[in-house]
Amino acid sequence: MVHSTGETRQQLPPEEPPGTGAQAHGPVPVGTPAVRPAFDTEHPPSAALIGDCVHCGFCLPTCPTYTLWGEEMDSPRGRIDLMKAGLEGAPLSDTMVQHFDACLGCMACVTACPSGVQYDELIEATRVQVERHHQRPAGQRALRAAIFALFPYKRRLRAMRGPLRAYQASGLSGMLRRSKVLDRLAPTLAAMEALAPPLERREKLPERVPAVGQRRAVVGMLTGCVQGEFFPAVNAATARVLAAEGCDVLIPRRQGCCGALSVHNGRQEEAERFARATVDAFERAGVQTVVVNAAGCGSSMKEYADLLADDPAYAERAARFAASVRDVSELLAELGTVAPRHPVDMTVAYHDACHLAHAQGVRAQPRALLREIPGLQLREIADPEICCGSAGIWNVLNPEPARELGDRKARTIADTGAELLVTANPGCLMQVASSLERQGTRIGLAHTVEVLDASIRGIPVRGLGIQR
Amino acid sequence: MSVTHGTTTTAGPVPGDTPPEATSATGDAHRHSAGIEAVGRVARAVLPVTGVLSDPTQLRTYECDGLAHYRVTPALVVLPETTEQLAAVVRACAAHGVPFVARGSGTGLSGGALPRADGVLVVTSRMRTIREVRRADQRAVVEPGVINLAVTRAVTGEGYYYAPDPSSQQICSIGGNLAENSGGAHCLKYGFTSNHVLGAELVTPQGDVVALGGLAPDSPGYDLLGTVVGSEGTLGIATTAVVRLVRLPEEVRTLLVGFRSTDDAGAATSAIIGAGIVPAAIEMMDALAIEAAEAAVHCDYPAGAGAVLVIELDGAAVEVEHEYAQVERFCTEHGAFELRPATDAAERALIWKGRKSAFAAVGRISPDYIVQDGVIPRTALPEVLRAIAELSSSSGVRVANVFHAGDGNLHPLVLFDDAQPGAGKAAEQVSGAILDLCINHGGSITGEHGVGVDKAAYMPRMFSDDDLDTMQLVRCAFDPDGISNPGKLFPTPRLCGEVPGKRKHAHPLVEAGLADAF
Repeated sequence: MVHSTGETRQQLPPEEPPGTGAQAHGPVPVGTPAVRPAFDTEHPPSAALIGDCVHCGFCLPTCPTYTLWGEEMDSPRGRIDLMKAGLEGAPLSDTMVQHFDACLGCMACVTACPSGVQYDELIEATRVQVERHHQRPAGQRALRAAIFALFPYKRRLRAMRGPLRAYQASGLSGMLRRSKVLDRLAPTLAAMEALAPPLERREKLPERVPAVGQRRAVVGMLTGCVQGEFFPAVNAATARVLAAEGCDVLIPRRQGCCGALSVHNGRQEEAERFARATVDAFERAGVQTVVVNAAGCGSSMKEYADLLADDPAYAERAARFAASVRDVSELLAELGTVAPRHPVDMTVAYHDACHLAHAQGVRAQPRALLREIPGLQLREIADPEICCGSAGIWNVLNPEPARELGDRKARTIADTGAELLVTANPGCLMQVASSLERQGTRIGLAHTVEVLDASIRGIPVRGLGIQR
Repeated sequence: MSVTHGTTTTAGPVPGDTPPEATSATGDAHRHSAGIEAVGRVARAVLPVTGVLSDPTQLRTYECDGLAHYRVTPALVVLPETTEQLAAVVRACAAHGVPFVARGSGTGLSGGALPRADGVLVVTSRMRTIREVRRADQRAVVEPGVINLAVTRAVTGEGYYYAPDPSSQQICSIGGNLAENSGGAHCLKYGFTSNHVLGAELVTPQGDVVALGGLAPDSPGYDLLGTVVGSEGTLGIATTAVVRLVRLPEEVRTLLVGFRSTDDAGAATSAIIGAGIVPAAIEMMDALAIEAAEAAVHCDYPAGAGAVLVIELDGAAVEVEHEYAQVERFCTEHGAFELRPATDAAERALIWKGRKSAFAAVGRISPDYIVQDGVIPRTALPEVLRAIAELSSSSGVRVANVFHAGDGNLHPLVLFDDAQPGAGKAAEQVSGAILDLCINHGGSITGEHGVGVDKAAYMPRMFSDDDLDTMQLVRCAFDPDGISNPGKLFPTPRLCGEVPGKRKHAHPLVEAGLADAF
């Protein structure tokens, strides 16, 4: 988040045409005669950060949408131009919003930028403004509302499990996918259906998993929403691996969504609410370190200091909390390995989740952990910096380009000839699984900790598509 | 960082030329917009719906290339996918007297792809197919929007690469390289783009599709391909290029050398070249440039260095081994305090990353900057660098130096903060004075970035009126109506009359019977 301290919250000048009912932070009615600038004065994208862009274009080849469409306004530097136009008074037109919305938020451009442009902060600030001032078409609004009424809430996700499981067990799923009826009827529904992994039996985690052997650390663990409900085995493996490496793992029962999906989609107040609750939950647990196994969650939790900077009651606590967050591979690498590893004789391709590699800079640690496993052969995927098209809920909102990106990723994965694909984010796992399946590539999928868990326990790797 | 980088939303005054917007502000505005509409209709008929942009919001993102100092919003942007589509748009431009500007990835550093407010921007970013790789012939046939590095990536598995390597090679396009005759660090040994393009399909300013050169190394008759390469989009738009593939060398050695001063580094460079060694590259960066690169990519260059050289030797292993020993000796003799050879591919990549990201990295230490591209005889290096340092200290304008030392191609980066009143002007003056230095030392105002809009005003400092008029004869032979990237390369449209009209009087050279207008 961009914060300019000392700036008071200002209302927009009262220039709304009478009768529109538009409030400073309310939606802007489409087609108002008065041209309202794109952004209000409350944390618009920072002019100073925009000024850092020298327009060199080094971001273009790593941008998924530029790779797909080859046009400036769907590239990082083009979007920065649009933000600048907005700051200079251009209205937040449908066209402008369309190009901001098309950004996956993968942050590959942040990695690529030699000038150090903080595009992540720019696009997040822009998205908050878009949410405040732009009204999307009814269908899109309904879809977004449905997504945000479902994904961040474990109980609601859990309630979906029964019907989805029955649906998968009936064999209808495969038939429907083959018939492509869903694809034709509603690409969005088809995307969600195709992405849902076969549901695993949930393993109930205790509130405390004691360290095996000498205790080396006490850590809190985030269970996440989608991770917890769709990939419970990943959480179980995380707890076991941490315990095996000497961690007392505390898993607060009352934790909720970390707010990643909300913050990445400009839903600031909702994100702040989730963030406060998460800080509370782990403060109560009294842990010095909070471990996360989902890249998107980890990256947004590391940014809580910015998210809650304007909240005097939480600013300092959020900063302390953010500093305590570690991706599970990061923590394991910091601790160093003590638990003996059993051989895993597999060729493994490691896929960088954008929010792990680009947002958190965690690339070496998971690879190093995998290389420690005897017998495991690690292979690199070509164009590792390009997003697989998952990007939080982007693939649900933009099913067609997401499929194209997924297909490209699936091809480069298949080219490695690996038997197992390993990555550290539930979104990537779902997206890549559906692309590989569509392409007919048979390859297992697992989270990094599932491989470590299997190696420590001396059992075969569990994961998607391995034992099916 | 200042908030005002590039806030000039209009083009800075194009020296010696009518600013592009001014044209549309004249009485011709109506005629131009009618022409644009007509071209737009043709474009919409032949291009996919997403291939024609006229929404001001979208047009704005095309207002500048890699030289953000100049900005003009085009009237129309087209993104053709085939030669036929591109030619149809150009024919429509020709029919209606509408100027057009070609653009690849928009990374050029001389404003060569600066749009016209009254014109069409023809963007080749969707023409990105490598059509053919003929490994045995060491040739590839590529579309203009293909990224430079993509050619290398496509053929490295087979033991080949594409040699010209501008610092922006991961994003600059072959079409843009061809237009600007782009160079790069390794051009010292392997030559510029002109040495690696053997043929091209060109859409002429009339919209005709012609073939120049071919797969064979030489074509009889005038070297029209040679004329087109480096013509900065003023003679048409290349829609295909036949490029040379070079065998990967058996051995590559990369050495990072720290010196106390640019004088020492320059002397070492001259000693190496003087001994008859032709390294693949000798690159120099001074302290300020090193600081920027460190900030950007943490390249871990020798601490406290007043200058570093990046020296790369390639070729047969025996030869590289022999030359490497000599290079080490020359460096040590000229005061090198640290020699750090890359021991693996990762170290080599990091050394190059520091160098190749240097321009953009300067954004870390200065809100705004001008990249210059002067060339001097290599032996004049120490003297010119000292003169630049004097210019910098007397004017108070900081100058970072990054350059291809091996061939004397300087890239002084003149740093300023546009938010400070007068800073831009002062920087431009220093920048101009540096070019004068180059000319006075027998050099040139551009080594590889092109003249574009940025250095057009300096052409008369290098060439007499007669020289420039003769060049115009070439231009008029291809583009009598002056619609292909007008306002670039030359200070004023001279021979073909006012753009985009026909000339009214014969040129003095023509009148004197010394030249012919084709």
